[in-house]
Amino acid sequence: MLGIARQKMLEQSSKMIRPVVSVLRSYSSAAKQMTVRAALNSALDEEMSADSKVFLMGEEVGEYQGAYKITKGLLDKYGPERVLDTPITEAGFTGIAVGAAYYGLKPVVEFMTFNFSMQAIDHIINSAAKSNYMSAGQISVPIVFRGPNGAAAGVGAQHSQCYAAWYAACPGLKVLTPYNSEDARGLLKAAIRDPDPVVFLENELLYGESFPISDEVLDSSFCLPIGKAKIERKGKHVTIVAYSKMVGYSLQAAEILEKDGIDAEVINLRSIRPLDRSTINNSVRKTNRLVTVEEAFPQHGVGAEICACVLEESFAYLDAPVERIAGADVPMPYAANLERMAVPQVEDIVRAAKRACYRSLQTFSNTGVKLNTVGRCWHQVNNKWEEIVRNFVTLLIQAL
Amino acid sequence: MALSQLASSSPSRSVNLLKPLLSAISLHRPISTDTTPITVETSVPFTAHQCEAPSRTVQTNAQELLNFFRDMAVMRRMEIAADSLYKAKLIRGFCHLYDGQEAVAVGMEAALTKKDCIITSYRDHCTFVGRDGTLLEVFAELMGRQAGCSKGKGGSMHFYKKDSNFYGGHGIVGAQVPLGCGLAFAQKYCKDEAVTFALYGDGAANQGQLFEALNISALWNLPAILVCENNHYGMGTAEWRAAKSPAYYKRGDYAPGLKVDGMDALAVKQACAFAKEHALKNGPIILEMDTYRYHGHSMSDPGSTYRTRDEITGVRQERDPIERIRKLILLHDLATEKELKDIEKEVRKEVDDAIAQAKENPVPEPSKLFSDVYAKGLGVESFGADRKEVRATLA
Repeated sequence: MLGIARQKMLEQSSKMIRPVVSVLRSYSSAAKQMTVRAALNSALDEEMSADSKVFLMGEEVGEYQGAYKITKGLLDKYGPERVLDTPITEAGFTGIAVGAAYYGLKPVVEFMTFNFSMQAIDHIINSAAKSNYMSAGQISVPIVFRGPNGAAAGVGAQHSQCYAAWYAACPGLKVLTPYNSEDARGLLKAAIRDPDPVVFLENELLYGESFPISDEVLDSSFCLPIGKAKIERKGKHVTIVAYSKMVGYSLQAAEILEKDGIDAEVINLRSIRPLDRSTINNSVRKTNRLVTVEEAFPQHGVGAEICACVLEESFAYLDAPVERIAGADVPMPYAANLERMAVPQVEDIVRAAKRACYRSLQTFSNTGVKLNTVGRCWHQVNNKWEEIVRNFVTLLIQAL
Repeated sequence: MALSQLASSSPSRSVNLLKPLLSAISLHRPISTDTTPITVETSVPFTAHQCEAPSRTVQTNAQELLNFFRDMAVMRRMEIAADSLYKAKLIRGFCHLYDGQEAVAVGMEAALTKKDCIITSYRDHCTFVGRDGTLLEVFAELMGRQAGCSKGKGGSMHFYKKDSNFYGGHGIVGAQVPLGCGLAFAQKYCKDEAVTFALYGDGAANQGQLFEALNISALWNLPAILVCENNHYGMGTAEWRAAKSPAYYKRGDYAPGLKVDGMDALAVKQACAFAKEHALKNGPIILEMDTYRYHGHSMSDPGSTYRTRDEITGVRQERDPIERIRKLILLHDLATEKELKDIEKEVRKEVDDAIAQAKENPVPEPSKLFSDVYAKGLGVESFGADRKEVRATLA
C-alpha cells in the first residue's frame, strides 16, 4: 500500500538508538536456571503427588528412568503401580490408557517419539478426541500424550516428523508445544489437570537446554493457561510466530534483524490447538507484516493455518505478503549437510523477515536455487551501499 | 387363573394334574418373583483351554427365567422395529442389529453387577438395554433426537451409559478391546473388586491390538474378560476365510479360554460368573460365545449372499435363544403359553409406545453442534462451514 513511504519511515526509525532493554527476554529477572528436562520431571512429580489418579505409562519410563530421562526417579518415588513400563505395543497400551481415562483415571502416556504415535493414532483421535462429543458429555477423557516431536539430529526420515499440524487439525484434542522451562512446567501441569485429551509435543534437542526460571514458576501450584500464546519479544516492524525450538531460532533472528534496524516481535505459540488467534492478529495489526516459522512439513501446516487466519481477520492491515518458513518438503535426509537444508536455519527467518519488510529482493530462479558456492551467504541486494560492500568483503574473506 | 392353567391342553399340563395341589397353588403367585431354585443343564458342555471348565449344571429360578424371556423379547422386538424404521429412512447411516444374539446380553447381565464394566462394538443396542438403557433412549438416539442416550450426537454405534458402567458403542473394529483392558486396569487401580467384559466379534478377533492388550493384561494381571461374540461372519467373510485358527477361545495362548453356547442364556450366565471369579484372581480370560445373527452385518447387507437362507432358518428353528427359554419355562410350569404370549404382546406395545414417543421428540438445537467438543472449552472459538457466518464460543 504505502510501501515506499513506510519503508522510508522504517529506515528513519532504525537509525534511532535502541534501548538495551529491547534484548530482554521477557521471563522474570531470576537467577535460577532449569533445564527443560528438569522442568518436565518436576511437573510430573508434583502432579503425581497432588493427584493419586495421575499415573505414567510408556516404554522405558520406569526402570530405565525414561528414554530421555524425563521420568527419572519417579518409579522409585511412586512405585510400579503408578509408573508402568509397557511392551513396545503403542496401539495396545494407548488403548489401555484411554480406557483407564474413560473410567476416570488420569494417564500420562509417553511416546518415545511422536513418530511412534502413528501406531496408536486411532486411539488418540477416535477413542480419545471424539468421545466427549459422541457421548454428549458422558465420557470425558482426561489423558495426556507426551513425548519428543519433530527433528532431532541425524535420526533420519522415520524419526524426525513433526505432528503438530496433524493433531491440531482434530477437534476434541488440545495440542501444546512448550519452548523453554517455564513453558514445560506450566503447560505440562495444565495439561495433566485438564479434563480433555492433550497432545504435549516436546523437543528432544531442548531437553538439555537451560533457561532462567523464577520462584513463581517453581511453585507447585504454577500453571500456564492453555490456548494463550506468549510474546517473547516485543517489536514493531514484523511479527514472527513460532513454536517449540523455532522460538529460540526466531529470537536469534530477531537479534540479527535488530542490527539492521528491523524490530521483530516474536510470538511463542505455546498452544497449537486452541490457537491464540487474537494475540497473532493483534500483533500483525500492529506490525503489518507476518512471518510464520515451523520445523514441520510446509503443506497444510501450522503456518498455513496462521496465514489463512491473518488473511481472514486482518487483511487490511497487511503491508506485505505473509511469509512461511518451514521444513523442506522432503523426508528428512541423513547426511548432515542435507539435514541442515531440510530444517529452517536462523538466516532463513532473517531473510523472510527482511522480505516482509521489503528489505531484500528474491534472487532465486524458477528452475532452482542459487547458492553461493563458498558457504551460506545468500545473495542479497538492497539500497544501502554499506550492505553491498559488507557482503562483498564477506565473500572475499570466505573465498580465501 | 388356576382354572385356565389346569385346563390348558399342552402335554406337560396333563402331568401337572397329577401333582399335589400345593405345587399347583404355588403357580398362582405372581410368576416373576418365585426364586425357588431350579437346576438346568446347559445345552452342551463347555470346552476349556488352559483352565478347568465350569459345570454344565446351572442354578436358576422362575424369576430369572421369566426375566430372561421378557428381556430377550424386548431386545428382539426392538431390533426388528429398528429394521422397519431404517427402511422407513427414520434411522440413517449404519444400523447393526443384534437379533439372534440376545442370550449373550441377558446371560452376561445375570452374572454381573452394575459395578462391572461392559464395552462393546457398534452392535450395541441390546447390550445398552441390558445395562438399563431405556427403549426411548435407544429409538431417540437412532433417530437423532434429543432424548437419545447420546442426545442425538452419537447415533447407532455410539450408545453410552456411564452411570451403569457401559462404555459404548465403538465404531472402529477391535478398538474396544484395549479400551476394555484399560477399564479393567482402572478398576484394579481403584481397588474396586470388579471386572470388565470387553466384547468383540469373530471379525475383530484377528486384530493385532487385541493381542497387544491381552499381553499387557496378562502381564499386569488385569481383571479383564475378553468375550468373542462369534456369529461366524465378519461382515461377509466367514470365520474360516478370515482366521487360520477359528478356535477363538484358544487364541489367547497363555490366557485361559472357554467356549460357550452363546444361544443358551444360562450357559452364558454360568460362563460369565466363572470368568468373573477367575479374572479377579488370575487375570484375563477369553470367552467365545458361539452365537448367530439373523440379520446381515448391517442394514445395508441382506445377509444372504455369503450364507444360505436354510442356514439362517435352521438356526432359528434349532437354536433360537428365546425359544429355548420359552421351552424351559413351559417345561417347568413357570408360566402358560398364553402368559408368555401376553408378555410378548406387552413388549410389542412397549416398543411401539417408545417409538411413538421418540418420533415426537425434537432434533437437537442447532447450538448443540458446538457442545461437548471439550469437557472444558476454555472460551475457545469454533467455526461452522462458513466461518464468517457461523462461529461459536466453546464453554
